[in-house]
Amino acid sequence: MTAPLSITLHVNGERVEAQVLPRLNLADFLREHLKLTGTHVGCEHGVCGACTVRVDGEIVRSCLTLAVQTHGGFVETIEGLSDSGEIVDLQEAFRQRNALQCGFCTPGMLIAAQDLLKHEREPDRAQIREHLSGNYCRCTGYQAIVDAVEETARVRRERKP
Amino acid sequence: MKASAFSYARPTSVSKAVELLVAHGERAKVLAGGQSLLPAMNLRLLAPEWIVDIGGLSELRGISVGDGRITIGALTRHADLLRSVEVAAHAPLLGKATGHIAHPAIRNRGTIGGSLAHADPASELPACMVALDATVIACGPAGERRIPATEFFTGTYETALSAAELLVAVELPAASKNSAHFFDELARRHGDYAIVGLAAQAVVENDRLNELRAVFFGVSDRPQPAKASASLIKTTVTPASLSQALEALSEELDPPEDQQANGAMRRHLAKILLARCVSELLDRPELGAGGRP
Repeated sequence: MTAPLSITLHVNGERVEAQVLPRLNLADFLREHLKLTGTHVGCEHGVCGACTVRVDGEIVRSCLTLAVQTHGGFVETIEGLSDSGEIVDLQEAFRQRNALQCGFCTPGMLIAAQDLLKHEREPDRAQIREHLSGNYCRCTGYQAIVDAVEETARVRRERKP
Repeated sequence: MKASAFSYARPTSVSKAVELLVAHGERAKVLAGGQSLLPAMNLRLLAPEWIVDIGGLSELRGISVGDGRITIGALTRHADLLRSVEVAAHAPLLGKATGHIAHPAIRNRGTIGGSLAHADPASELPACMVALDATVIACGPAGERRIPATEFFTGTYETALSAAELLVAVELPAASKNSAHFFDELARRHGDYAIVGLAAQAVVENDRLNELRAVFFGVSDRPQPAKASASLIKTTVTPASLSQALEALSEELDPPEDQQANGAMRRHLAKILLARCVSELLDRPELGAGGRP
């Protein structure tokens, strides 16, 4: 049965029904079927982190997840996190610190960084680097990215002491 | 690249999964978390005709403790191992090692059963299983089979599992009162496959190593217990005896060469790790330099 299978899932809060081939990975499903092209496809074998999305609240590699495996699940992409305002401060910090140049890695970086910030109120630079170790950036050299994440954590602590 | 086309089945029980494996044999691959299988398929290193997705088998998920043993279901994810209080209390080596596995997004999907069945010679968990003297539990058409971890890994990506068997759990002896552990690996980037790594489980009493199971990974086609460490057991370790053991280690290893390191470099790194291991287990910082003054 290499025929398409029916899947139903939620993407950025919207219910989606689709027919997909089993071989289709989640990154290509989001990009090609739903036109959510904020999820980037870099290495396609789990090394670069550009395709990071959330499934059921946890970050995953969408290139290493089959679309059929997300049947019944809740997927959030950079479009969802951006539109909801959840990471508006993190995005602003990235801008302020020049934490992106070409922007290819940025959606994955933002999602991975937000995942850390949700769990760690006061991450140190080593923890930030550890958490982002699975996300490649080929422009900025990471320093500015770590700065932006550290700054966002600081501002969020001040907002909610 | 993209994975080639395959047929997909999502069984609802272990027995149905085994039926599928019996029916399709070598043409099928089991999909657990997919963090090793899907990269291999995307790179077209593997092109199975059938994928048997066991992700729905919730009975294979979870950690239980009893009778001095800790049992971990095959679908327990690396992220679950890291957070588990049972693992921290009864198999702390495993918790330590899991922090070195890949990156958070991969640990959220990768599973212990998948990692062991995949049997990458550079991965952490197979070496831990050998160091911890674990038992792998597999289900096949003839029922359950228990395989000692020391016999489970048979080569690069090769295990004692037959094509019709499903790895369902691992069982480990719970850590005893005086047990201690060591885990470290040397890699270019945190989370990358180790160039060389070492997992060790020990019993330390009166400043001696009364037991030591030191198992290297990344130096062979399977986890490799360090025979040379035997000379350090039940004796007072001196800089000279450690230095001798490290030389013997260097003799017994025949590591592969690849883009990351040649055999000589791997031997050198293995010596460094064993020296750190003994130094940390005995809490004697002066031994960390490997017996050199």
